[in-house]
Amino acid sequence: MRVGLFVTCLVDMMRPRIGFAALKLLEAAGCEVVVPTGQTCCGQPAYNSGDRESARALAIKLLEEFESCEYVVAPSGSCAGMIRTHYADLAGESEALARRMAALSSRTYELTDFLVNVAKFDKVPGDYQGSITYHDSCSGLRELGVKTQPRALLAQMPGVALHEMEGAEECCGFGGAFSVKFGELSAAIAEKKCDCIRATGSDAIVGGDLGCLLNIEGKLRRMGDDETQVLHVAEVLAGDAKGAR
Amino acid sequence: MHFKARAGQKLADVLLQENLGKAKSKFVGMRAKAIVEVDDFEATREAGKVLRNRALDDLDLWLEQFEQQATRRGANVLWARDGTEICRLVIDIARRHGVKKVTKSKSMLSEEAGLNLALEAAGIQPVETDLGEYILQINDNEPPSHIIAPVFHKSKEEVSALFARTHQRPALTDIQALTREAREVLRPHFLSADMGISGGNFLVAETGSVALVTNEGNGRMVTTLPKVHVVITGVEKVIPTLEDLATLMRLLPRSATGQSISNYFSLLTGVKKPEESDGPEHLYFILVDNGRADMVGGEFAEMLRCIRCGACMNHCPVYQTVGGHAYGWVYPGPMGSILTPLFTGLENAIDLPQAATLCNQCGVVCPVKIPLPDLLRRLREKQMERRLRPLKEILALKIWAWVARHPGLYALGTRIAVRYLKWLAHDGVRNDRIRILGMATEWTRGRDFPAPEGRTFRELYAARKGQA
Repeated sequence: MRVGLFVTCLVDMMRPRIGFAALKLLEAAGCEVVVPTGQTCCGQPAYNSGDRESARALAIKLLEEFESCEYVVAPSGSCAGMIRTHYADLAGESEALARRMAALSSRTYELTDFLVNVAKFDKVPGDYQGSITYHDSCSGLRELGVKTQPRALLAQMPGVALHEMEGAEECCGFGGAFSVKFGELSAAIAEKKCDCIRATGSDAIVGGDLGCLLNIEGKLRRMGDDETQVLHVAEVLAGDAKGAR
Repeated sequence: MHFKARAGQKLADVLLQENLGKAKSKFVGMRAKAIVEVDDFEATREAGKVLRNRALDDLDLWLEQFEQQATRRGANVLWARDGTEICRLVIDIARRHGVKKVTKSKSMLSEEAGLNLALEAAGIQPVETDLGEYILQINDNEPPSHIIAPVFHKSKEEVSALFARTHQRPALTDIQALTREAREVLRPHFLSADMGISGGNFLVAETGSVALVTNEGNGRMVTTLPKVHVVITGVEKVIPTLEDLATLMRLLPRSATGQSISNYFSLLTGVKKPEESDGPEHLYFILVDNGRADMVGGEFAEMLRCIRCGACMNHCPVYQTVGGHAYGWVYPGPMGSILTPLFTGLENAIDLPQAATLCNQCGVVCPVKIPLPDLLRRLREKQMERRLRPLKEILALKIWAWVARHPGLYALGTRIAVRYLKWLAHDGVRNDRIRILGMATEWTRGRDFPAPEGRTFRELYAARKGQA
């Protein structure tokens, strides 16, 4: 399987290790992974800000870069959701473009969804010694149905004890540009999420979207919690995260 | 004042925050339990969507049929273009029948019109009889903060103090006792009012009826005791048949309050017949446009399906955190963030379409499957087209998008940015977080900004490829 890894702009800038963990997992699943070097952003920030023109230009750019791949995989439900559920809306009048967008959308997956449902991956390479709680990111959950997939993979790791938090499916308050347009409000929503996380007493909060994770990490640290680890599910699965125990 | 400033006040309001915290999960939990009772709630939502669409596709025809059927049964059907016309029509009716006092059951349309103030100015006394609306009226006409639970933002203790002050009686703490006190105060009004005003949850075209969903019984008294009954509701509330009503009634109470059926459900048809012992002698319908007709067939037409259950706000992380008053007009939450700019003008509600994380917790619970996040996004596009966002924001977006289309430049820009951010994070003790981020102070007002690793993925990947 020839898989195009869409690293996502946040991982590229903030947490390259998540990109490498995703790469490792896809290779462990027997995929031939290509990483188009010109990739930047899927266009979601522009799309959600109402700048359809910029979003469309970036969508076409991504389409051209990844169209030759059998699958497109991203370590993010939000970016994969953008491609999968919204690119069709950006094709505009052109039928040819709409067809190409639709073809790309149907081959685009969030990482854990791809590993479980396409690659039928059952040899998780890493382990993690500790208790975790899982945050279901909004786009992954509600646009792509990502819920059981990360849990099924984590269940293959004997050292992981999963403690579900209250309101795991509720928004963490990130919302992309929302987090900088309404900083105080965004942080107030994050605080509720962090309270739920801390109530589980887990060593780590794990999720599949870096945007949410940065929001949660920033709030936990500001609340004075320096202990709770904030990890992307790819890092945990790849065995790149240092266990708490 | 915009949403953001109001939201800031609400976040700082300790009592409100406490009240919202207590109220939060009640409706959410009750809905979750109630929808399981329906064999296939998802299929019922789909049916609700389809039938609401069918009604809206031929809205003019159903309204005409409704008018014919209601008129045939002795009602007068009147049309109001906006809030001012609502007030004028109601005052005309009141004068015609020599009305001094009006009892009201809940009507959001009368909020759109500011009807209570208009009635008072015309020398007619309006008395709100929905418990929540009554509490707000005696609290100096405070606006409701929720479309079905008007005092969502208030605690029992606040109500107790307000009652003691207004009714000049000892303060009570028990909710049942408070309710009894309100009942005692309201009973004489029910018996002495000359006119009753209600909203309408649905209008049934084939019978000319109005359906009312209530929980307190006040609706029954408002609509049957006085000799005149006035129904005020939006033109989009019409549905073709009683069969449609049955489907929607499987959705509405469950989505709203998590009830299988509301405590009271009234289907009111026509005026009192000679052989009947109660009911109004005069029945008026005021069917209101106030921005709705412009939405028909347009890109926001899906919003007209709304059946005003409040599930979207109950499930909204923003609403849960700041409450309904932060939204500034009649309708709060996600549905309000869409309706307010459409009804009052895009330029008058500049923050509202932005005040959402697009988490879609609203969209998945909407009983008629309105794609609320998509509509919010579309409003953002309208704001962009009309240059209604700050220039700084538009420019930042355009520049960023332009750079993102030029990978070489983007690679250079991000290399510099991550190094700069990493450097900023060094404070002598730690290097994993930024306390105050100059370029995005909004972010660091309430949380830290985690530091980047210091190299971009693309650099590290290229280095790795080079070695291999």
